[in-house]
Amino acid sequence: MSAATRLTNNLLLGRRTFLRVSATVAGGLIVSLHFDLPLLAQEARRADSPPKVDPPNAFVEIRPDGKIVIMVNRLEFGQGIQTALPMILAEEMDADWSQVIAELAPAADVYKDPLYGFQMVGSSSSISHSFQQYRELGARARAMLVAAAAQRWSVPPAQCRTEASVVHGPGGQAARYAELAEAAAKQAVPATVPLKDPSRFRLIGRGIRRLDSRSKCDGSLKFGLDLDLPGMKTAMVARPPVFGARVNHFDDRDARRIPGVHDVFEIPLVRGTGVAVLADRFWAAKQARDGLKIDWDVSAVEHPDSARLLAKYRDLARTPGKVAASRGNEKKIDTFDASDRIVAEYDFPYLAHTPMEPLNTTIRFDGDRAEAWAGSQFQTADQAAIADVLGLKPEQVTFHTVMAGGGFGRRATPDSHVAREAATIAKRFRGTPVKLVWPREDDVQGGYYRPMHVHRVEIGVGPDGMPLAWRHVIVGQSITAGTPFESLIVKDGVDSTAVEGTIDTLYDIPNFHVSAHHPTVNVPVLWWRSVGHAHSAFVMETLVDELATRAKADPVAYRRKLLKADAKKLRAALDLMDQKSATWRTTLPPGHAAGIACHEGFGTAVACAVDVSIENERPRIHRVTIAVGLGLAVNPLGVESQFQAGVGFGLTQLMAKGAITLKDGRVEQRNFDGYTPPYIVDAPIAVDVHIVPSSEAPSGSGEPPVPVISPAVVNALTRLTGRRYRSLPLVTV
Amino acid sequence: MATYKLTVNGQPKEVAVDPATPLLWVLREELKMTGTKYGCGIAACGACTVHLGGIATRSCVVPVSLVAARPILTIEAMAEDPVGRFVQDAWVEHDVVQCGYCQGGQIMSVVALLKAMPKPTHADIEESMGGNLCRCATYVRIREAIKAASQQLEEQARR
Repeated sequence: MSAATRLTNNLLLGRRTFLRVSATVAGGLIVSLHFDLPLLAQEARRADSPPKVDPPNAFVEIRPDGKIVIMVNRLEFGQGIQTALPMILAEEMDADWSQVIAELAPAADVYKDPLYGFQMVGSSSSISHSFQQYRELGARARAMLVAAAAQRWSVPPAQCRTEASVVHGPGGQAARYAELAEAAAKQAVPATVPLKDPSRFRLIGRGIRRLDSRSKCDGSLKFGLDLDLPGMKTAMVARPPVFGARVNHFDDRDARRIPGVHDVFEIPLVRGTGVAVLADRFWAAKQARDGLKIDWDVSAVEHPDSARLLAKYRDLARTPGKVAASRGNEKKIDTFDASDRIVAEYDFPYLAHTPMEPLNTTIRFDGDRAEAWAGSQFQTADQAAIADVLGLKPEQVTFHTVMAGGGFGRRATPDSHVAREAATIAKRFRGTPVKLVWPREDDVQGGYYRPMHVHRVEIGVGPDGMPLAWRHVIVGQSITAGTPFESLIVKDGVDSTAVEGTIDTLYDIPNFHVSAHHPTVNVPVLWWRSVGHAHSAFVMETLVDELATRAKADPVAYRRKLLKADAKKLRAALDLMDQKSATWRTTLPPGHAAGIACHEGFGTAVACAVDVSIENERPRIHRVTIAVGLGLAVNPLGVESQFQAGVGFGLTQLMAKGAITLKDGRVEQRNFDGYTPPYIVDAPIAVDVHIVPSSEAPSGSGEPPVPVISPAVVNALTRLTGRRYRSLPLVTV
Repeated sequence: MATYKLTVNGQPKEVAVDPATPLLWVLREELKMTGTKYGCGIAACGACTVHLGGIATRSCVVPVSLVAARPILTIEAMAEDPVGRFVQDAWVEHDVVQCGYCQGGQIMSVVALLKAMPKPTHADIEESMGGNLCRCATYVRIREAIKAASQQLEEQARR
């Protein structure tokens, strides 16, 4: 929110208050429409709770110059929601798209996800949860503008029509939204509003370019790390070399000699303790932090070690875990001879998210209130955590959502550890804005990784080559154990984020049994884009390919045969992919092979074909054809973009240096030299994306590109080399 | 502390900093030009790419004391640059960006490439863009936009 340009007079707003007239500091009138929560979230709010102080201009502001500011109740960090949600609202409002400005909403009750009751980005839920919400917001705004025009002209509202921010009357009258806004603000808010028939959509379903492109191409867009507030200082923290360890004592004499260093002091962390440095500038803070001589007590914490964990996980995978899914006869698998049985063991390392913009949070503590700036996927949690550290109520913390340079789950931490660290430091320097920065080394070594996993699968193959029995054991830390999400996500001892993509497979396997072990390990873990689906789909789709090969069947035809009859969305995606890639798949040059994978997750079905050869002992991905079923595609250009690039992100897990490993408690990688995500040569050269036509409710496109790509590439590699690839990263091909 | 005279985007600037301070942090914190980004600090991601004496350079590993008289060009100057504005327009036209954090660095690398090689081949693009990391992996559209910018430049030259 550009609070400086608006009078935010913190009015106590009633539940049904929708419109606000506020003044700019320059004196001009701004009329804004304020909408309260949709019904579902309102019911969730306790009737006896006091009315909340919401910012004005909650979702739409019509400026006198015709600009229409639409507030986005999500973090934008690349996924394109900052364009897609305004499209939906502008569609129903009949706003002139060329005049639309999108702003990221601060933390506030009105901006909570209407279904989760929590302000967040995750699970590809933004469009599916806010589609109806933003349509209704737009339709209400339009209805009130029409009512104002009808009143002015003394005509029935039904005889007015709207287009491009203008209301047209039956007698040829016309009025711009900007000139009607003040009168519209005085209209009653309609309890129900009709929504457009989709055949009348002008924006939804059209490929619309991003609203944030230009400012991201000319260097003008300010990310969190670019914030520069008067008197601001930079903070960095020396964290323990083994997670949870504590400072014994430290020598800060060298650090304090560096010009621009203000203070060095020990702080409590979410895990263990650390030493914080406050300096004028990044470089001074980094030099000082790196120069600290700290004696750590690492004796009281477990020293995780990747090699030892792997051995332990493999042993665990040979024993049944907590039951996650069970269909048919669990013992059926034991009736198969070795010749009719596939036994496959997979292992996946810890993975870091490494968003391009290093983690950071800025906080200024003013005693009875505070202001925070962060590119957060969990505004509600981070705001509450900052308040908790500072001894304030959440509403005393003005929390600005700042555009973030990627995230992929890393900015959605249930323990809000970055926000807490920043608040802990800011509390000591009242009135001074403190920008806490995690340099890249801190990010790579700082934990909150995708958990390491082992999958062990036994498959009993019938005489027709189809799987008759499937026993699957998954070993990996629970992401949500010990967090507020545990009660929602862990059921009967199974964390669904570890087994998703396996237990809900759309393949029809009559005797199907999945169980899970969740060992406790001293490594903080977190959801990594597509969460459990990325490793689960790798296992499922490479095994199904192996089954197809064994049955001497075409991999597409085999999948079609194996899919459940009601897997309509995935079947349609598979069919479309087949149709769009059949020609090139059958005319590949020597040394190339095609690989196939399909998967459904987060309500979105994806099928993928890749053209792969081997160059310099690495997979070279010449082409990818994607077909995606996600209901109505709100912005097909955005969907295409998410898939073209998202498959590249998914390739992280195949990179030769795509692993975080620990040796005796210490992370072995430090930066992009040791943990290396895909560069241009590693990514597909071309990706064509085809959307299955649909008018059904939309699902998301942030997570779904990731799971399919790795198994498709590996399935192609297997065709080229005859080898099976079951241990990631892909160190050798 | 020492004083350095720099030429940034054609403007003379003077800064008083520790001689070891990387050019990146002089730009970002002394000159308040935050279009040049910090991503790794070890020249492994390219988010900090600027042109130093006309050469695409990772500003995170160049101490300000070694810049000397070489002119510095940053992303903030690209809208006025004869090649830069074509590249930026192609980037917008092709809807390249996602999170956008690396794109200033990507564009600086492309502009240097197209100034040296107006019609780069597939291999040229991979070679000169090979060190620019995009964690969103927008590489498909980066390739398309480079080709489009190259074509636009060629058409402009013909006119």
